Amino acid sequence: MIRTTYREALREGLREALARDPRVFLMGEDVGRYGGTYAVSKGLLEEFGEQRIRDTPLSELSFVAAGIGAALGGMRPIVEVMTVNFSLLALDPLMNTAATLRHMSGGQFSVPLVLRMATGAGRQLAAQHSHSLEGWYAHIPGLKILAPATLEDARGMLWPALQDPDPVLIFEHSTLYNLEGVLDEGAAVDIHSARVRREGRDLTLVTYGGSLGKALAAAGQLAGEGISVEVIDLRVLHPLDDATLMASVRRTRRLLVVDEGWRSGSLAAEIIARVVEQGFYELDAPPARVCSQEVPVPYAKHLEEAALPQVPGIVAAARELLGRG
Amino acid sequence: MSLPVPYPAEFARQLLRDMLRIRRLEERAAELYGEGKIRGFLHLYIGQEAVAVGALHALGPGDAVVATYREHGHALLQGVSMNAIMAEMYGRREGCSRGRGGSMHLFDARTRFFGGNAIVGGGLPLAVGLALAERMQGGTRLAACFFGEGALAEGAAAESLNLAALWQLPVLFCCENNLYAMGTALARSQAQTDLCAKVQAFKVPARSVDGMDVVAVYEATRMAVEQMHAGHGPCFLEFRTYRFRAHSMFDPELYRDKAEVEAWKKRGPIHTYSAQLKAQGLLDETGLDALEAEASAEVEAAVAFAEAGSLEPVEDLLRDVYTPERTP
Ligand SMILES: Cc1ncc(C[n+]2csc(CCOP(=O)(O)OP(=O)(O)O)c2C)c(N)n1
Repeated sequence: MIRTTYREALREGLREALARDPRVFLMGEDVGRYGGTYAVSKGLLEEFGEQRIRDTPLSELSFVAAGIGAALGGMRPIVEVMTVNFSLLALDPLMNTAATLRHMSGGQFSVPLVLRMATGAGRQLAAQHSHSLEGWYAHIPGLKILAPATLEDARGMLWPALQDPDPVLIFEHSTLYNLEGVLDEGAAVDIHSARVRREGRDLTLVTYGGSLGKALAAAGQLAGEGISVEVIDLRVLHPLDDATLMASVRRTRRLLVVDEGWRSGSLAAEIIARVVEQGFYELDAPPARVCSQEVPVPYAKHLEEAALPQVPGIVAAARELLGRG
Repeated sequence: MSLPVPYPAEFARQLLRDMLRIRRLEERAAELYGEGKIRGFLHLYIGQEAVAVGALHALGPGDAVVATYREHGHALLQGVSMNAIMAEMYGRREGCSRGRGGSMHLFDARTRFFGGNAIVGGGLPLAVGLALAERMQGGTRLAACFFGEGALAEGAAAESLNLAALWQLPVLFCCENNLYAMGTALARSQAQTDLCAKVQAFKVPARSVDGMDVVAVYEATRMAVEQMHAGHGPCFLEFRTYRFRAHSMFDPELYRDKAEVEAWKKRGPIHTYSAQLKAQGLLDETGLDALEAEASAEVEAAVAFAEAGSLEPVEDLLRDVYTPERTP
């Protein structure tokens, strides 16, 4: 048990990976001299040298694709893209190459690439720095999508992601970097399953990443009203861990999803569809979701707050589900 | 360009043999397409054979190759069997991509043939990454990518040239300038039509080569490879060439006139080179017939192989989306 931050936990994960496997290297814009946009890779250049901590030009497309090539060539690249918004410049190699190569080659080439990027809003950075597009990526077969929400996952997901022979995208919510707490070094971390972060009887609240804290806060508040909420942290957005979800919903018979993505075509929609498909007759109420408003995330604080899922909205949706609106 | 060094006769004939193999394979593929045996997009390389043959003979064993959707010739010359190529076009399990890729997505791990990529410009940064991996692991193998002049308008190309030059990576950029990107002539799509000048701005050494002359291609590539082995970073070669057929089987070819095509056909790499070999006494009519017969036999065997091939069971549809868990 050590006291640390999400940022430092990520850095520790990187450091361990770099030390353990000489094939691992980190590249991206400002990861070296600057120390990483979010200061995650601070100090790693001094420790591991320019070969393994590589500053890249402003060329998302080519350095992401070069990461794919390096993975094909036997290395274990960790590519950092500043935010998910900029990853759209690399959507082509991610979608058309990383995700498809194994299948198109009849199983000959795996792409053991790890891509890290910041996602999400809450820091008044306006639309081009605030979107939550992990749900889009979770749409693509061939990719694995992770969203570490805890210190343990921030530190522990990287190594299994590197061991995975397929491309893994890790989404770090930008409001989490300063999260401080006690890290359980013995905690088991995998990249397959969802976790129950709080047990409850009346309602299953499914969420991930930057919304986990809000979900837990809402659950705490609801407990005061006698509503017992089970909070599930998805952790792995693709492929989804249906078993954990269904087991919980079968017990609580109610489902609420909190997702910072936009409502239409969201990951939340997918989760609800799955639960309805697999457990329609076990539900006591129509499933509900709290998503972002369908607007490019605005700059002004009050508007940004209004656009994003917030604790009062989650609480209200939960009450509604239980007929206590 | 005539033979600058007296090649062993066998090697000289090998260049011709390989051009014939590609040509006959593709002519047959076009027929099979007409019969509905091969479907999807089929991009023929007919007219450009000297590039794949000359360039790939100059690369070393184990050098990585990345190509586009017009890659039958590159795959064949990198050592993918004609059987596996034909079976792939048939969509058979025995194909080099288990029937998942088709004509545009030939892949072969054994020979380090990394596609078969249908995103224009997408192959260049892959080659940059392959070269980076090689260098970081202390290896000396090169990464070559083949692409059309159209790709040089893509941001991916500019980014890749910059990255390769910045990091001094051994990437051989092989641009097959056949003057048209589908139906768009170079001058209608790029302000700077001097491709070498364009590339030199990135500090990548560049050279323009007659892509209809297999010996010129071979020699230029050999020199570039030597230079790259000496540690001078990337190289760019522009091969001036021409495709005799349409862009793909769907192209009505309204953008260029017959006279232009005919003029280029006169410079066709196969007949000019065989004439040259004959003039130099390295080949006679019987010898040429023998090479032709060999190529045709290989093609027919490949067709038979593909015909006899099996279909991947539909139950296996979802295979190879992810890598199976390795059993310890
Ligand atoms: C990114 C992208 N844009 C458009 C296309 C459609 N397309 C396929 S081939 C082609 C022309 C490419 O020309 P060039 O690079 O000169 O190669 P060539 O076909 O002449 O060998 C186009 C536009 C594509 N496959 N990928």
